[in-house]
Amino acid sequence: MKRLSSPIELEAIRETITSQRDPNKPCITICSGTGCHAYGCEKVASAFREEVKQRGLDSKVDVRTTGCHGFCERGPLVVIRPRNIFYQRVRVDDIPEIVSQTILKDNIIDRLLYTDPNTGEKIIYEPDVPFYKRQKRFVFGNNGYIDPTLIEDYLAVGGYSALSKALFEMSPEAVIDEVKKSGLRGRGGGGFPTGIKWESCRNAASSDGVRYVICNADEGDPGAYMDRSVVEGNPHSVMEGMIIGAYAIGGHEGYIYVRHEYPLAVKNVQLAIKQAEEYGLLGNNILGSGFDFSIKINRGGGAFVCGESSALMASLEGKPGEPRAKYIHTTERGLWDKPTALNNVETWANVPLIINQGADWFTQTGTENSKGTKIFSLVGKVNNTGLVEVPMGITLREIIYDIGGGILDGKKFKGVQTGGPSGGVIPESLLDLPVDFDELTEAGSMMGSGGMIVMDEGNCMVDIAKYFIGFLEGESCGKCVPCREGLKRMREILTDITEGRGKDGDIELLERLSTVLIDSSLCALGATAPNPVLTTIRYFRDEYEAHIKEKRCPAGICKELITYQIIEEKCPGCGLCVKACPSGAITARGKKEPVVLDQEKCIKCGACYDVCKLGAIKVE
Amino acid sequence: MLTLTIDGRDVQAEEGKVILEVARDNGIYIPALCYHEEVAPYGACRLCMVEITRRGRRRLVASCLYPVEEGLVVETNTERVVNDRRTIMELLLARCPDLAAVQDLASKLGVDKTPFRLEDKKCILCGLCVRACEEVVGVSAISLVNRGTNRQVASPFYEAPDACIGCGSCAYICPVDAIGLEDIGDTRTITMPNPRMQKIEFKLKKCSKCGKYWAPEKQLDYIAKKAGLAPEEFDICPDCRD
Repeated sequence: MKRLSSPIELEAIRETITSQRDPNKPCITICSGTGCHAYGCEKVASAFREEVKQRGLDSKVDVRTTGCHGFCERGPLVVIRPRNIFYQRVRVDDIPEIVSQTILKDNIIDRLLYTDPNTGEKIIYEPDVPFYKRQKRFVFGNNGYIDPTLIEDYLAVGGYSALSKALFEMSPEAVIDEVKKSGLRGRGGGGFPTGIKWESCRNAASSDGVRYVICNADEGDPGAYMDRSVVEGNPHSVMEGMIIGAYAIGGHEGYIYVRHEYPLAVKNVQLAIKQAEEYGLLGNNILGSGFDFSIKINRGGGAFVCGESSALMASLEGKPGEPRAKYIHTTERGLWDKPTALNNVETWANVPLIINQGADWFTQTGTENSKGTKIFSLVGKVNNTGLVEVPMGITLREIIYDIGGGILDGKKFKGVQTGGPSGGVIPESLLDLPVDFDELTEAGSMMGSGGMIVMDEGNCMVDIAKYFIGFLEGESCGKCVPCREGLKRMREILTDITEGRGKDGDIELLERLSTVLIDSSLCALGATAPNPVLTTIRYFRDEYEAHIKEKRCPAGICKELITYQIIEEKCPGCGLCVKACPSGAITARGKKEPVVLDQEKCIKCGACYDVCKLGAIKVE
Repeated sequence: MLTLTIDGRDVQAEEGKVILEVARDNGIYIPALCYHEEVAPYGACRLCMVEITRRGRRRLVASCLYPVEEGLVVETNTERVVNDRRTIMELLLARCPDLAAVQDLASKLGVDKTPFRLEDKKCILCGLCVRACEEVVGVSAISLVNRGTNRQVASPFYEAPDACIGCGSCAYICPVDAIGLEDIGDTRTITMPNPRMQKIEFKLKKCSKCGKYWAPEKQLDYIAKKAGLAPEEFDICPDCRD
């Protein structure tokens, strides 16, 4: 490959790539994100390739493995473009039929279509699926169209045109101004205005002129994986953002700090860097502009706290991943004490869009102080789990009900944890809350990196708080006293409450500890850790009180506070529960006789409750 | 020089200093367990939190790390500061109820009991020993290992560390006397507050004049090497030198 040495050459190669592609030629796109990998998408993809080859359709049909489409619940996902026919849960056995019927005869295969659980309607085309319909996929949209391992695919959808524009038509200051005007705020959790961050970094003194750019891909929130999917599915968009950012701040070296547990992301970025270098889009004299910039990958060591910027930089330097005070910002003294602009994956991926389409376009989406879109990972007790990209300001109700399809098994919604383990639980009364940085903070939670865990009536809020505090206790680096000792004590108190040892004053003590963590912790891990406790106390105080005063768990979750009982009049003695019980606590007394449960032997696992289809077992 | 206000008093300070240094220079007491002027500030104990007002916004900062600024308004004893400090002290008291230094500071801050379950740890994890070993002595024989509540001061693999010269700086700087140091006969014994570590023993050098055992041989070798002196320079103890 000849290195591109001017914007004209870039456009020429783009023209060559697109001219060789017929937009009307059927293209079978197979989602190859990590979720679909788990469902066996690799076999599905090779079966398609094999089938197409056997039928001699090589020149008439394209088969393309793409990045994550987002609707992970329904994988492996197959979309036949350009018509956008949407098949879900596709198995290897389905492939001959898809090729013979849909590709060759234009027939739709009914059983592979998505059925809207609320209307029972079968949906043929991807954009009509409710999960996708309400989304605004600026950052995530190309994931479903491009093969992340081919730079040509990215170029075909306009890739690196923003870089060319920034380098040749804009001064670094103009780039910063555009990003400032766009109102883009950091997608990693803090929500700091990106343009202002870049400006401080550019203006910060550096004795040798060295400045660094870092992409934070150390995504670690339980249940959140939007950054992984962007890095895996469209690595060039993140890199293009980084190169533009480096040009803006005057930096020549960049790092992508990515979780070691994300092997596909690492692989795809490695490949993307190599390809961009070969094309002259990365390295020395990018596109002949005279601007040099290189990117290195650094794999995280597995600590959650390394997602915190100063801990991440320490880890990059080869030191233990522990945060330091940031009274002197990392934009002034960051990696190796040099001015450093660190942004999250999604923030970087927004940059090419802003440069290409302008701040005025970007600000059309969103609320007054939160512009653009945000990707959330919608998980938990919701029908449609997956990644959703929505305009800022959309309500939680729209996300959970319209996109998410409501609560699993028709149960009642109870709360949604936004912002990861150190976010907060938002109750039903706030379902119409517009989702943006400030509204979520106001409600006691936060945007965080975009985790969204939906909970139903079967979730105990004290148990949820205990889970998140336990997670954070385990991930605290242990450097400062409030976080190390305080989280341990909070977990102890919450454990006591859930095990029937709660006492008067426990809620107040939790609140007092929370104050100290917020005020005095060294970094944001400790300072935001009390959110799950404070929000559950704020919105579900009666549940805490039921545990403490009445030794009762209203949700029927906390084992020490519940018993399982057989409702004799409903039990026909079918014996399903007898088979399910792992501790032999249930005995059958013969047909049509209700079973008997021995409380002494019962380990309260709930297996009988789950298996009984007649509602003959109750939890008290 | 710049001027800031601490507890209503205008004080002069050199640029680059942190609030805690300036307060102490002016006789204003701020408690701290992980601060020592000979090593880099660390910000772990959080007892030195003070409340500052900056551009109309009030917040708590660690005074051992916050650089002074012109016009900065600092309060060291607001209700919020005092309450937070007490809770932190309760946390430390629950971790290390038997340490006299912790008990003394707790009572000085008005804390005589803790609402939390008692443990019997000997180390408050302030990291002073580790920083002294690295920054002052320059050998890094010990470090902080593991994460969260499993954090501890330890040598590599919990073995007697090759790098340790037995100088005892760690014991000297420990604010809660958790590191044991004992010279008996020709042997110095250092005991780290880590149950997984054995006692570390060092052979002491005998003064060729008075016969007193006066310093670990390994430490003297280290100094000689560092200073470019002949080892014989240390045959005589300081007391017997002219």
